[in-house]
Amino acid sequence: MTRSIAGASARRLFSTAATLASVAFLAGQVSAAEELNALVWCDHTDPALIEPFEKANDVKVNLKEYEGTGAGISILEQSRPGDWDVMVIDAVDVHRVIDMGRLGEMPADALPSADLFPELRMEANNTRDGKTYAVTEKFGYNTISYDKTKVDPKDMEDLSVIWSDKYKGRIALYDYYLPMIGLVQLGLGNKTAELSEADMPAIEEKLSAMKAASKQVADVVSSQTALATGEVDILVGGGEWITASLAKDKPNLDWTVPKQGAVRWAQSIAVMKDSTKPDLALKFVQYILSPEGQARLATSSCYWGMPTNQKAGEHLAPEQKQALRWDDQPGYLQNTQLYPVPSAELDQKMQDAWTNMMQQ
Amino acid sequence: MTTATLEDRERRRAWGFVAPALLWTLAFFVVPFLYMAAMSLWLRQGRDIVRVWNLDNYARFFTESALLKGLTNSLEITLTVTALSVLLAYPLAWIIAERVPKRWQRMALILAILPFWTSYVVRSYSWLLVLSKGGVINQALLGIGLISEPLEIASNRTATVIGFVHFFVMLLTLTIYSNLIQLSPNYRRAAADLGANGFQTFWHVVLPLTLPGIMTGAFLTFVLCIGDYITPQILGGNNELVLPQIIMLQIGRRADFPMAAALSIILMLAVTAAYLLCARWLKIERA
Repeated sequence: MTRSIAGASARRLFSTAATLASVAFLAGQVSAAEELNALVWCDHTDPALIEPFEKANDVKVNLKEYEGTGAGISILEQSRPGDWDVMVIDAVDVHRVIDMGRLGEMPADALPSADLFPELRMEANNTRDGKTYAVTEKFGYNTISYDKTKVDPKDMEDLSVIWSDKYKGRIALYDYYLPMIGLVQLGLGNKTAELSEADMPAIEEKLSAMKAASKQVADVVSSQTALATGEVDILVGGGEWITASLAKDKPNLDWTVPKQGAVRWAQSIAVMKDSTKPDLALKFVQYILSPEGQARLATSSCYWGMPTNQKAGEHLAPEQKQALRWDDQPGYLQNTQLYPVPSAELDQKMQDAWTNMMQQ
Repeated sequence: MTTATLEDRERRRAWGFVAPALLWTLAFFVVPFLYMAAMSLWLRQGRDIVRVWNLDNYARFFTESALLKGLTNSLEITLTVTALSVLLAYPLAWIIAERVPKRWQRMALILAILPFWTSYVVRSYSWLLVLSKGGVINQALLGIGLISEPLEIASNRTATVIGFVHFFVMLLTLTIYSNLIQLSPNYRRAAADLGANGFQTFWHVVLPLTLPGIMTGAFLTFVLCIGDYITPQILGGNNELVLPQIIMLQIGRRADFPMAAALSIILMLAVTAAYLLCARWLKIERA
């Protein structure tokens, strides 16, 4: 008897739970008529950026976050065509995904290209054979971030400080081999675009010196934490994307572009060729490139960066523009170079050099 | 004839019971393992995976010092963590089993494993803050004047070992405690009757009888520690890479699945070797 009562209760409970689950599922179905699958960097996961688009278009945006082109390509290789509608990728790597046959053409006249900073249109990277496959949405610099109360800001104007012993044990290295090797290349007085295998021995020597002078090699979160908590005083590879969001609470943190220059990062957004919702995907791209979307993306909670659309300035507060160094951009754009774009073989060698440095 | 039919029926029933577990193991362990083993013999060339059978990935592992060092780092850290965890967990388990009144033992165990209830990642980041220059430990030591400069205990191997030991002491406490409470007090009484003092009783009677508990916990610690990626990644400061971190680099940055598969096989071989070393104590038996 007890068992049957318990059984009846269990059935009722199960039935109620199932009803609630169905209601929740249907409510989910009703609240978002469509879904969009986006493979993105962490700055796109900020609800302040995504929710306005979701509400305006009655859509649920499913976001999958990744870090580094290798990881993104790895995810694409494991996915079926149609799994993804939109992708954010390093601007210098757009052609790698075009080569995989995964990016769709976007109508150039549907994009606000004329409003973008001229240096960030990057036709050589975003287009092929006159067809537009991606558009640059955000940029910034991999350079030197530091605590200006603990180091001499003048020292930060020379890239050679990153492999000197002056601040030994007080430096963190950003754990991404491409911009870091690019920075070393600049420090050696060479251009990132001309990096070849012949440059690698000298680069490896400097990487070794950098490791010896550093305290840690850290990813985005760890490097930001290390600088903010005073664990290190200098972050090589940092920039506005590390310090700008902390400007309010940590005014002691600063960044600069040394006299030899710095590496400029730029991220592009693209519509996937096999998207089952190409119109909605294009709409998402248009939203991200709109002045409002750009301002939200620039000040995303994961990391800040400069918007590529110049009109975004109208939607940014003066202190936000100050933190992003809006007025200094012409000079910075002139004194910075894009990431190196290695062949597959050189890419392997660069990664080996980076792994060897970490195991040193 | 009837006997044979009964035996057949029994055999079929036995297979019926075993089949789900067997199918599960086949589908989710044996088949993926064989696929991984096969993939470890392929090659990533440029941006393509070439399906030609060869041992190049294994050869690379033994000739590239950065890769080999991943295994030696893993083994050094794992053995240190296992030894420290056993040394700390045994007295704790013994105190709970022998000195804490029966009615409080459950509460004592809950308190001992309380940190298990928090997220692994959150716990690792918390340790990072505790061990950092401005963290609780350094501030306390500076405050009482024991040190004049902050200790370098964050973002290095020391931090990784501390994070691991904190976690595995809890696990080992459980396995050793469960072994200790099964020990009949008659063993100790007999030892005392034969003239053994407290230390001799522990050394010659209690410790050997609790070895299965120690070895079970130590083996679990070894397996979980050598395969862990999160703790070294958060607490180690990337100042040295362990094998799981190198495997993640092959997948995340290079999309070199064949090399990642080869390294995973090597990791499994290390675990198998540890199992074979501990096998005599890992039998399911009563003390």
